[in-house]
Amino acid sequence: MIPEIGHFALILALCVALVQGTLPIYGAAVGNSRLMALASPAARCQFFLVLTAFGCLAYAFASKDFSVLYVAATSNSQLPLHYRLAAIWGAHEGSLLLWTFILTIWMFAVTLFSSHLPEAMRSRILGVMGLVSVGFLLFMLSVSNPFERLIPAAVEGRDLNPLLQDPGMVLHPPMLYMGYVGFSVAFAFALAALLGGNLDAAWARWSRPWTTVAWCFLTIGIALGSGWAYYELGWGGWWFWDPVENASFMPWLAGTALVHSLAVTDKRGGFKVWTVLLAIMAFSLSLLGTFLVRSGVLTSVHAFATDPKRGLFILSFLAVVIGGSLLLYAWRAPRVGLGGGFAPVSREGFLLANNVLLVVATGAVLLGTLYPLFLDALDLGKISVGPPYFDSVFVPLITPALFLMGVGPLAQWKKAEIPDLAKRVRWAAGVSMLTALGLPIVLGEWTPLLSLGFLLACWIVVTAVVSVREQLAHVVGGGIGTRLARLPRAYWGMLLAHCGIAVFVVGVTMVKGFETEQDVRMGMGDVATVGGYTFRFDGVQNVRGPNYTAVRGTFHVSRDGRETALLYPEKRRYTAQNQVMTEAAIDSGVVRDLYVSLGEPLEDGAWSVRLYHKPFVNWIWGGCLIMALGGALAVSDRRYRPAWRREPQVVPANAQLAGR
Amino acid sequence: MNWLFFLLLLVAGSAWAGEAKPMGDDPAVEARLKQLAGELRCLVCQNQTLADSNAPLAEDLRREVREMIAKNMSDREIIDFLVSRYGDFVLYRPPLKTTTVLLWAGPFVLLIGGGVALAVTLRRRQRVIVENAVITDEEHRRVERLLSPGVKES
Repeated sequence: MIPEIGHFALILALCVALVQGTLPIYGAAVGNSRLMALASPAARCQFFLVLTAFGCLAYAFASKDFSVLYVAATSNSQLPLHYRLAAIWGAHEGSLLLWTFILTIWMFAVTLFSSHLPEAMRSRILGVMGLVSVGFLLFMLSVSNPFERLIPAAVEGRDLNPLLQDPGMVLHPPMLYMGYVGFSVAFAFALAALLGGNLDAAWARWSRPWTTVAWCFLTIGIALGSGWAYYELGWGGWWFWDPVENASFMPWLAGTALVHSLAVTDKRGGFKVWTVLLAIMAFSLSLLGTFLVRSGVLTSVHAFATDPKRGLFILSFLAVVIGGSLLLYAWRAPRVGLGGGFAPVSREGFLLANNVLLVVATGAVLLGTLYPLFLDALDLGKISVGPPYFDSVFVPLITPALFLMGVGPLAQWKKAEIPDLAKRVRWAAGVSMLTALGLPIVLGEWTPLLSLGFLLACWIVVTAVVSVREQLAHVVGGGIGTRLARLPRAYWGMLLAHCGIAVFVVGVTMVKGFETEQDVRMGMGDVATVGGYTFRFDGVQNVRGPNYTAVRGTFHVSRDGRETALLYPEKRRYTAQNQVMTEAAIDSGVVRDLYVSLGEPLEDGAWSVRLYHKPFVNWIWGGCLIMALGGALAVSDRRYRPAWRREPQVVPANAQLAGR
Repeated sequence: MNWLFFLLLLVAGSAWAGEAKPMGDDPAVEARLKQLAGELRCLVCQNQTLADSNAPLAEDLRREVREMIAKNMSDREIIDFLVSRYGDFVLYRPPLKTTTVLLWAGPFVLLIGGGVALAVTLRRRQRVIVENAVITDEEHRRVERLLSPGVKES
């Protein structure tokens, strides 16, 4: 009964979405405010309907209702409750429901925070989001219904893939989808502006905070996924350029470009057409990412084709969304003015160059991800495109972008002078060069990549300091603390996010340059030394989990005779699918991780063991977190608050700063 | 005195516990193996390099590569041998051939295209710079009006 209610709620939601996607847009076109007024209630109604459906599926999982095909396929009676609930998004159908649910959450948020928007604008935004929702609901109801019954019911479920039975599964997909789907708001703003023909600074101002919030979620989502892969897969890597990862990285790159392009549109009125295109691109890549990961096309092109209905739907949906919005773009964009002019050397110029680099990098990732699929589909042979390809293509593309990141915020809008800029950054350049050359030598090893990493990280941080010093000179009065506090939050947010990149770069550089690894055979009581730490193996014992049995090893780690950590890596056998998983044990620290993973049992109770010492690896995710914090700080800036919530303006210097 | 005791303990400890043996015998061979295996695909895994995989087949293949290294074969010869047996699929760095030209040239073609587009835009914008102001006062007023509450404008 409950699943039927969920199914019915989805059907109702589709009807509401159809209304929301058509009438308000039509109303906005003919100026009928009664039709336009439908948008908000329809969006809220749709939210509650999809919430109901989501709740019903959650109930089916919680109550182990194996008469629902999807529940039987992705869970098991022994699976703990929190993983049963996370199993909602454990496969294709439920992921689509999560996607739609999050879309309605964003819609609901738009209805809450859009009272200051012109009615036509708001109706168009919600209308476009409604249309996207129509696509997803139609997809679910026609070919991937999560509520489909299995009659007769299964006695036992097939279980969630053991790889996914992890706290990462509870957090990572919702965060990632908050990011993916969040770009639908930017997309809807852009299409609404195209439809209405008013691409102005106000449009950019409104859509900026939405885009930044989505970007923050996506950043955190990707970081969580990467951290999860790091500890769960058991071989200590944190990014594999796997198609699944690339699928989330492409919208992030495009979204990053969008955030920066929006800044120019907001402050200078420029790049309008480009911003719209980026908004379309970011969302299209989000859609592509969702489908790439969830359609099975990555495991095999042929698996994708075995269910031609789904594949056909996905391809036509992508074609309609991307093609439709590009057509609208081609039709409307030429009417949009150019915006303000600027010299090649100016903040706009640097931002545009950065945008180009980010988009080219996105293109490169897209090419590398889809290329093997195309070759395979065309029967031109099977190839693998992996880390060696992406490393050698991506690094040269992104390096100049990181360089520009330092100098961009220092350049004036409209027109900057190279000699003046050079003078202002000479300290930063000097310090960065010295660090780049000196630090690797101090650390005991020099390679060009090490130097490059330190150079870029240092450059970003030191130019940020230069920028703060210069900004302070413009703020009058007060002590250093009050003057710092008077700089706008958006400015601090930007610097913080940039420094997050620097922290990330340090992490990557240190791990790539200085990690040590040992693949050893360890018997009871054997010791091995990695990165100055001594690991002693104290044998294994058998343990039982809720739905697995495991062999757990004990490792004593010490340094200079002092005990540092006790680590318990496991080798688990999940009973439902009889699948073996490696559960690494990690001692985390600010400057290093110690990582142990059990390999295979050898003769005489010995084991093959992998030991890693990973310096600064946590800086990689710490950097991502700092980036997201920077985004959050920027969104909290007063310029995004509706006028009535703002405090009265006290410091005229702020206005001047904001214009800089 | 304490440290002496400590040292004794340490020595005693290590005498009781053996130093763990590396899985391979020769560190130089292992280093080369690690480098090679990082560019090779584990054929039975979803998407894993040979270096990372714990699958039995990967273990076998690593042993074979180790033997080839020990036989003093060059990286080129080892890779050629593996490709002849498993095809290009085993390489994570796709070889440059007619079907992969686009893959390798693509990013740089994109970069050049982007660079040209950028240059054209910048030149065009530079001409605009003299002609009109960036955002007019009227536009500024409109933004302020729109961002203030209670304004419904279509």
